[in-house]
Amino acid sequence: MDFTYTLAIIGLPFVTFLLLGLLHNKLSHKLAGIIGSSSLFISFTLSCITAYFYFFKYGKVDGAYQKIEAFNITWLQLTDQLHIDMGILLDPISVMMLMVVTTVSLMVHIYSTGYMHGETGFNRFFSFLSLFSFSMLGLVVANNLFQMYIFWELVGVSSFLLIGYYYEKPSAVAASKKAFITTRFADLGFLVGILLLSFYTGTFDFAEITKTNGNELAMTMPTGTSFLGLSILSWALILIFMGGAGKSAMFPLHIWLPDAMEGPTPVSALIHAATMVVAGVYLVARLFPVYALEAPDALNVVMWVGTFSALFAAIIACTQFDIKRVLAFSTMSQIGYMMLALGVSQYGDHDGLGFMASMFHLTTHAMFKALLFLGAGSIIHAVHSNSMLDMGGLRKYMPITFITFGIAWLAICGFPGLSGFFSKDEILVAAYHHNKVVFYIAVLVAGLTAFYMSRLFFSIFFGKTQHYHHTPHESPASMTIPLIILAIFATFAGYIPFHDLITSDGRPFEAHIDWAIAIPVTLLAFGGMALAFVFYFKPSTMPDKIAASLKGVYTAIYRKFYIDEVYLFVTQKILFNVVSQSIAWFDRHIIDATMDGFATVTNYASESVKELQSGQIQKYGFVFISGVFVFAFILIYVFVY
Amino acid sequence: MIEGIDITHILIVSTCMFFIGVYGFLVRRNLITILMATELILNAVSINFVVLNKFLYPNVLQGYMFSVFIIAIAAAEAAVAIAIIINVYRRYRTINVENVHEMKY
Repeated sequence: MDFTYTLAIIGLPFVTFLLLGLLHNKLSHKLAGIIGSSSLFISFTLSCITAYFYFFKYGKVDGAYQKIEAFNITWLQLTDQLHIDMGILLDPISVMMLMVVTTVSLMVHIYSTGYMHGETGFNRFFSFLSLFSFSMLGLVVANNLFQMYIFWELVGVSSFLLIGYYYEKPSAVAASKKAFITTRFADLGFLVGILLLSFYTGTFDFAEITKTNGNELAMTMPTGTSFLGLSILSWALILIFMGGAGKSAMFPLHIWLPDAMEGPTPVSALIHAATMVVAGVYLVARLFPVYALEAPDALNVVMWVGTFSALFAAIIACTQFDIKRVLAFSTMSQIGYMMLALGVSQYGDHDGLGFMASMFHLTTHAMFKALLFLGAGSIIHAVHSNSMLDMGGLRKYMPITFITFGIAWLAICGFPGLSGFFSKDEILVAAYHHNKVVFYIAVLVAGLTAFYMSRLFFSIFFGKTQHYHHTPHESPASMTIPLIILAIFATFAGYIPFHDLITSDGRPFEAHIDWAIAIPVTLLAFGGMALAFVFYFKPSTMPDKIAASLKGVYTAIYRKFYIDEVYLFVTQKILFNVVSQSIAWFDRHIIDATMDGFATVTNYASESVKELQSGQIQKYGFVFISGVFVFAFILIYVFVY
Repeated sequence: MIEGIDITHILIVSTCMFFIGVYGFLVRRNLITILMATELILNAVSINFVVLNKFLYPNVLQGYMFSVFIIAIAAAEAAVAIAIIINVYRRYRTINVENVHEMKY
């Protein structure tokens, strides 16, 4: 089977980006919307075809899914073995990601034609969306680390451009810069990690690095030399994970994600909920055999960072009032879940349950979180506010948004039968078998998730009915249709047999719901929902009282544990004031002064000798002839005597 | 060979001419006189060529040829130099080198 046509999946959005970007003054908004959406629709269709062919026709050889190189060109030949390629690698996770990215991107494109209607930068917005889709698709199909790094930066740029879409707003500009600088800082680690890994393995190629013979890597990895007690390989993988943590907003590199909500809501749904932020998870999953087989230390780091981030973000999400920020922290928490699942996983067969669960949760989360964000966008569109304090009783005005948002809410809470239930259960089972502490934290996070999502849901759609300036109305069909489609996905994505399709070693295994874990967790989730019901379903003073009684703690959580302040302190007070200022002093007074000194000395010297050039030819002649005499005497002295 | 006149006598004469030329070149202020001084230098060299050729290598002609060249070039040089001097005079109304000093720092 020739998969070369997959080039079109990536190429089409790029062509669209160029077309819309270059002609953005000439095209009407309507045409731009149609071009953008239809090119994504073609990409989506091709992805579906690819997924069908890969999973059900040609991908499986001898009972295991193979890595298929659909396309490859050598871009830079560095040495005989080391070369940077541009190619397309199809394996279960990349095909899955193709599906996820094109689905969400298509929905967001259609939704944006309604949401961004009438904006002056409409065409710019669509060209950036296409640029993002291109970069993200290029990232997921990358067949080597370096290509991934290139597209990794490209999604960072697209994210920067889209967060700063409302560039007249200083807060949006600040947020885009913050996102870019934070992720760039993390990418420094990624780059160093890539260089370390490729230095020792001599290749960038994923297929070569992750190739296994049974339960061992085919390639010998450098585990001998060590630094601070960890092998070089562990360090390389931890540094690579640092890049992933930056993109996926893991603690402590998460600070950019809440601020990134300054971008238009469809952008938050596409980039900061469903696709780009899971790139870190995808990266770890890409190199998973190396993590699992050769560097369990690095995998432990992944696990603990994921677990901590999940808990940390879930706690903060309980106190936020901006609905998009609640969703942003929820995203961070859920991505922590995926990281945790990778961290508790091992390689091969049923031990790889965590890997499967992580990919499973990635897919279901992409669906319901995109739906939540798009629903939130629909609400913001109607109410013209981000704060849940300005909302309440909206179910009467916006029935479709209410129902679809409700489905997503139940899915993320883990309501039995909806997608989130299945994927979360797999993660918890995997955690239970590996590490009890992580398991209990994950269960706690599941309860917290149910609580804060229910708080959000009840505050928006129930609670006290606000007096709105103008009556909120349901969004246009271009916005509600994507909501309905995503609601269908969010409901049924849980029935996809992931354990047959996407596993750590490509071979299917048996997995089923572990009721001994599922039932208590579901009950806990119901408990969280019930608590939120009591607090927020009817107007109540209880939450305020509890918040008042926990004054210091509540404020600390509300201010996101002062992490932003810590960063500001470190950058402004320590880096800028102490380090940078002293370096600036050194630069100005030592480096510059040395250069100025050279110039001054040269100046004085030339002032004093320029009199020699008097313009009197006879003086020159005198000097010349004197010189001749001197040389003549020297020569006579040397040769004659 | 010239009877009673040795090669050293002639070389002394040419050396004297040469240094008189150099001296004139360095101390005279009149451009025409400087030109004449350079002619003296050239002629001193010319004499050297002729004399050394005649006394040391009587069978070849290179030395004579060079002196002929020098005479021709000296003539051309005198023409150019006088043209320059006339232009200088037209511009500055003087041919004193101390007053012609624009080409300096």
